[in-house]
Parts: sequence; C-alpha cells; structure tokens
Amino acid sequence: MRANATMDRREFLSATGVLTGVLAAGSPLALLAPGRAWALDLGTLSGSEGAALLAAARTIAPHDGLDDAPYALVVRALDDSAARDAATLTLLRRGVTTLGAGFAAAAETERVATLRALESTPFFKSVRATTLATLYASPLVYAYFGYEGEAFSKGGYLLRGFNDLRWLPEVPLADSGPVFGAESH
Amino acid sequence: MASISHDDTNAVVIVGSGAGGGTLAHELTRRGVKVVLLEAGARQSLASFSQVPGEAFAQLTWLEPRTQSGTTTVVEDYPTLPSWTAKTVGGTTVHWTAMALRARDWEVRARSTYGAIDGASLIDWPLGYKELLPYYQMAEKRMVVTRRNGNPGLPASNHFKVFHYGAKRLGYRQVHTGYMAINSRPADGRGMCIQQGFCVQGCKTGAKWSTLYTEIPRAEATGNLELRAECRALHIEHGADGRVTAVVYRDPAGNEQRQKARIVCVACNAVETTRLLLLSTSARFPNGLANSTDQVGRHFCHHTGCFVWGVFEQPIEFWRGATLAGVVLDETRHDPKRGFAGGYHLEMAALDLPSIAIAGFPQTLWGRELGFVMEHYRSMAGIYINGEDLPRSTNRITLNREVKDQFGLPVANIHVDDHPNNAAMRRHGQQQAKALFEAAGAVKVLMSRQTPATHNMCAARMSRDPNDGVVNAHGQAHEVANLFVSDGSAMSTPSSANPTLTIVALALRQADYIERQMSARAI
Ligand SMILES: Cc1cc2nc3c(=O)[nH]c(=O)nc-3n(C[C@H](O)[C@H](O)[C@H](O)COP(=O)(O)OP(=O)(O)OC[C@H]3O[C@@H](n4cnc5c(N)ncnc54)[C@H](O)[C@@H]3O)c2cc1C
Ligand code: SF4
Repeated sequence: MRANATMDRREFLSATGVLTGVLAAGSPLALLAPGRAWALDLGTLSGSEGAALLAAARTIAPHDGLDDAPYALVVRALDDSAARDAATLTLLRRGVTTLGAGFAAAAETERVATLRALESTPFFKSVRATTLATLYASPLVYAYFGYEGEAFSKGGYLLRGFNDLRWLPEVPLADSGPVFGAESH
Repeated sequence: MASISHDDTNAVVIVGSGAGGGTLAHELTRRGVKVVLLEAGARQSLASFSQVPGEAFAQLTWLEPRTQSGTTTVVEDYPTLPSWTAKTVGGTTVHWTAMALRARDWEVRARSTYGAIDGASLIDWPLGYKELLPYYQMAEKRMVVTRRNGNPGLPASNHFKVFHYGAKRLGYRQVHTGYMAINSRPADGRGMCIQQGFCVQGCKTGAKWSTLYTEIPRAEATGNLELRAECRALHIEHGADGRVTAVVYRDPAGNEQRQKARIVCVACNAVETTRLLLLSTSARFPNGLANSTDQVGRHFCHHTGCFVWGVFEQPIEFWRGATLAGVVLDETRHDPKRGFAGGYHLEMAALDLPSIAIAGFPQTLWGRELGFVMEHYRSMAGIYINGEDLPRSTNRITLNREVKDQFGLPVANIHVDDHPNNAAMRRHGQQQAKALFEAAGAVKVLMSRQTPATHNMCAARMSRDPNDGVVNAHGQAHEVANLFVSDGSAMSTPSSANPTLTIVALALRQADYIERQMSARAI
C-alpha cells in the first residue's frame, strides 16, 4: 500500500484495479502514515472486485472505528493468492459474482444476509479465513485493539504491568509466587 | 561437537531433537555413548526467534502436508492442519507453553480404573507408577519446574487473577500458577521469565525450558554428539537378523545418506514417528517396521482440547505474562458421576491478537458477534480444557498414498472419530469454564471447538502384550531389540496431563535402560 497516492497513467490503463481511500481525521492509523490518502494496486482482481471483497471483509469482521486501509490489506492478500493460483482466482471471481453488483454499496443487514446464505461455500470460508488471518495480524490495527505486540525489547511486562489489574483481589502467595527482584524496584 | 562416520556401527542414531530425542541425546552422550541426532528442521537461537506471531509460526511449525479423516471437528475446521507440531532443532519444545504436569497413578492404570468401555482400546501401562515417579522427579529437576524442588511458583498475572478469582468462587481448591518448566528466578544458567507472553513464538530469554538451549548444547559439550540439522530421515533399514542397521536420510543439500547404527531411537512426535515406521518396509516387515501385529499408528490420542473464552468489562490484557501459567486441578479425578471416565485440567490460556481469531474461535463466528468479541480483546480471559481422551484402535495414523511430500513419500493421514466419552468430558469442562468466568463477572462466554492436536500420543504404545502395542515398558520395540520409540507415541494412554514432562521422564528412564543393555551387550 502506498501513502499519498497519486494515480499514474499505468493504473488507468491497466485491466486490474486499484483501491483508494482516505484515513479519517483522528484515525489511529494516521499516526503511522505520512499522509491520509492511500492506494492499493491490485495485480489480478479488478477495482470493483476489490471493492466487493473489501465490503465482505468489513461485514465479516466489522469494526466501525477502523478505516478501510487495514481491510484493503485483506484484499491485497486475496489478490496475491489469486495471482499465485488460478483456481483461487476463479473461486474469488465466481464468488464476487454471486455477491451481486450492489453488494459493496448495500446496507450491512443486506450484506450479512447475502453472506449468511453463502456461509458453507469455499468462497466464503476462504474470504473469512483470509480476513481474520490478515486483519488482526496487521500491526496497523494492534493499537486499535490495545495489543502491544513484541515485548522482549522492552523487557517484557514483568515491571510494566503484567500484574497491574486492581479490580479483583490479589492472589495469595501460596497460589502464585513472588515477583523475583521486585524488592529492589 | 563430535564427528561420527557414516559407517560407525557403534553409533546410536536418534531421529528428532524435541522433548524426547533431545533429552535422550543428552542422557546418552553424557554417559559416553556416541550419538548422531538427525533433525529435519533448522537451528534457531534466542536471537533468531521472530516475535511476529505469523512469522514465528512459519519459522518453527511443521508445515508440510498432512491429511485427516474422521468425525472430529478438526477435519472441518482445520482441513490442512490436523496436528500442530514444530520442525526445528528442539522440536515442539521451542513452541510449547511449558505446563509440566505429571500423569496420576490411577491414570497409568486406566483400563483397571475405568473398566471396559465400548469403542475404546484402553490398557494399563506396562510399568507401575512407582517405577515412573523417580523419573518424574528427575525430569522436574532438570527442567526446573516451578512449585517442585523448592522452586517458587510464577507470580500471578492479571489473567491469573481473573482465573483464580473465578475458580475460587466456584469452589475449586487446587488452583495455582502451575507446575511450569519456566524459571521463576534465574536458574540452570538461564534467565528468568520476564512475563512477555511470547512463549509459543520462542522464548527469547530462555526462561522456558527447551532442548534447543539446554539438553542439546550440553550433549554437544560432551564431545559425543553430532547434531545434523536439516536432515530428514526417510526410512530405517534392518539386517538379516531383523535388527535395525542404518537410517537413510536426506542431507541439507538433498543428497541421500546412510548412517549406520547400533541402535535407532525414533522421536519424531507421534505423527512422524508413525510415518517413519510405516515407510520402513521390507520383505520381513511388509507393513512397516515393528508392525507385524498391525499396531503401528493405532490408538492415536490427542487430548480433548478446546478453548473457552470469557469477555469481561474491565481490562485484563491477557497477552501480558506467561501464556499458560494457571491451572485448576480439581477436575483431575476419575468420578463417573460426572458422566464420563477420566479427568481433565482447566488451564489458563491466552492467545496473541493475530492468532486468536483464526485458532481460538469457532469457525462459525463472524459479523457483529466477532466484532464485539474482538473489540473486547483487552478484556478477555481464556481457558484450555486439557482432558484425557480415550484410545480407539481405529483412530489411526496411516500413509496417504495420494498425497506426497517433497521427497515423493506418502504423507501421514490422521483418522480420528471422537469417542462419546470425550464429547461428554468436553461439555462438562466447557460448562465449568463458563461457570468460572461468570463467577468472575464475564459478560459473555464463547466456546471453541477442538483445536489441531498439539499433544500427539499413543500411536506406538507401550504394552505388555505385543498384540496391544508396539513397544515394551522401556520403549523398546517388541519385535526389534535395537529399535526404540522415544516420544509421546510410546505412552500407553494419554492421561489428562500435557504430555511433555512424561515424555522427558520416559526418555530418562529409557536412557538408563539403553545404557544397561549396551553394557550387557544385549544390544
Ligand atoms: C503451541 C503448543 C503448546 C504446547 N504446550 C505444551 C505444554 O504447555 N505442556 C506440555 O506438556 N506440552 C505442550 N505442548 C506439546 C509439546 O510440545 C510436545 O508434547 C513435545 O514437544 C513432544 O515431544 P516429541 O519429542 O515427541 O516431539 P517434538 O518435540 O515435536 O520433536 C520432534 C522433532 O522431530 C523432527 N522430525 C520429525 N520427523 C523427522 C524425520 N523424518 N527426520 C528428522 N527429524 C524429524 C521434527 O522436526 C521435530 O523437531 C505444546 C505444543 C504446542 C504446539
Ligand atoms: S512469558 Fe516468560 S516463558 Fe514465556 S516467553 Fe516470556 S519470558 Fe519466556
């Protein structure tokens, strides 16, 4: 994905698509990108196919506070697997056709009903699996969910809140153990 | 590190460098035995472990194809991953979360304790608990298990506070931060746990025991070990007397090599152990090595494992802290009044953000319900139900000749039909876990189905009678005196304990036996 997108001629001329978006003001992602506009070149799928798949990913894993950008990563992952494997491309193409032309713009209840009917299809399973595997694995969304990621370089959580929960009573020492070295801190 | 000739007929060849193989290699080499340790995976280090969950998975996991069949829900939910094991020096002890539990005395007498159960192929272990116990104690010393031998328990994390509170409110008495093979203080030349919660990705402090940085380098330091990483055993050969003589393998360059052997020990984690035996066919063993009684691969067990998640209103941040450091022991008993034979453990379990949705949740979860749960990621708690599943002679690992690996060899197929006893135990465990979370104030509880097998056991089991299993009480093949099984496949029944401590204890016991047999020139 590129930040600060300007469309070049190649994108207009190619048969494959490009997804674009703008991060909402105050989006947690805005901190990570140099600017608010982004664009994603698709190697295999068309722009409208990409838009339908993006809408499907949003319906499968809806997070109102998340911009489209991390969902576009799901589309990129699907696009990559379509590029690698003709059978996947067919699966996705046919699947998008069954979603119908208006899917991307439809209301959420309609999109849910459409996907519900497809729940047992390989198409749905593949889009669901890719959505979950891509969306939540993106460091772009860690902060949104509060996840802190790699901790070794910061010394783990031993002295950074692994036991800072205060809404329940402390555990008796017999059932836990001392924080080794805590006396010196 | 030693350099052992391919023609050295005095070498012991161990295949697989995980819990069983790595431990056995150390035990034998420190007694002066020359060992060649073949390992399919590459050697990582504390420095090279990736801390990006997806990358770490790719770095450490056995990702070659395996197929599966049967009625277990894993077939539907994880079609390409019936079992989750590692392929790296140190094996799955690099991945493991280090809960180091003992099987109980009544569990090693499962057939006597539970009686005959329809559709189950239970046996008693061919060794008594008294014979096992000293080796558990040795294993616990060696692995520096908490709460044993004066080692303090791990401190309570936020996650454990929730787990403990709910468990106590439910009336459980035995709930603590676990018997963990994790340093609660510096010990054994390794650092202490800094509660980073990346146990599965490879513990960068080395606080968690793994053969990668304990047994294996110590074995190398004896000068008697030659570790050959990225070397895949293809089959085992035997001589006219039926004794094994060599292991044929591919070296890192892809060339076929033949390592002669006085003794061969197979420790490839049950699925690959079974496969290696089945691939080793000859006129004498047309159905696979040590398989004349048709027992290799049968009785495969993998525990009743599934997750239950609690969603709370207040933050917990359960990714902070040792991943599995919490256990309830009260359900580890045989009490037929609960509606099933055998017992289980409730184990506190966290999953990182990238993994939880794909590996922790039911595959039917999506839409607003998924959105709700994930938006509460920081207020979640988890429990893994680890219970004893029943062996069935038809739950079996076989070769799938339709699917080949990169060497053109058939892959393993894992067939599992869930026994009703397992289902009843799982339901009970799920209800208890739900009640535990609700007692601690959960606003929502979510149940997963079964997860891919991380505990692979019993597929070449110890038995008194050769018609019931593959090896004797020392892991020595009934039919081939110098062939040993040195991993979880040798367990006669799975017990409710996570298997690694038992695998290590059995490897220590086997090393004593092999040394005695070698000195007596019996093998
Ligand atoms: C995520 C996770 C968490 C776990 N947590 C726990 C826990 O908390 N407590 C517990 O008790 N257990 C736990 N386990 C299980 C534990 O890791 C295993 O029980 C243990 O490592 C098995 O030991 P092993 O020696 O049988 O095999 P492994 O440790 O898996 O070692 C087998 C090795 O053999 C190699 N190999 C296979 N085939 C060949 C071949 N043909 N040629 C050469 N090499 C080969 C493999 O590459 C592998 O490195 C966990 C497992 C996983 C996946
Ligand atoms: S939580 Fe402890 S054991 Fe787990 S990876 Fe971190 S330091 Fe190692």
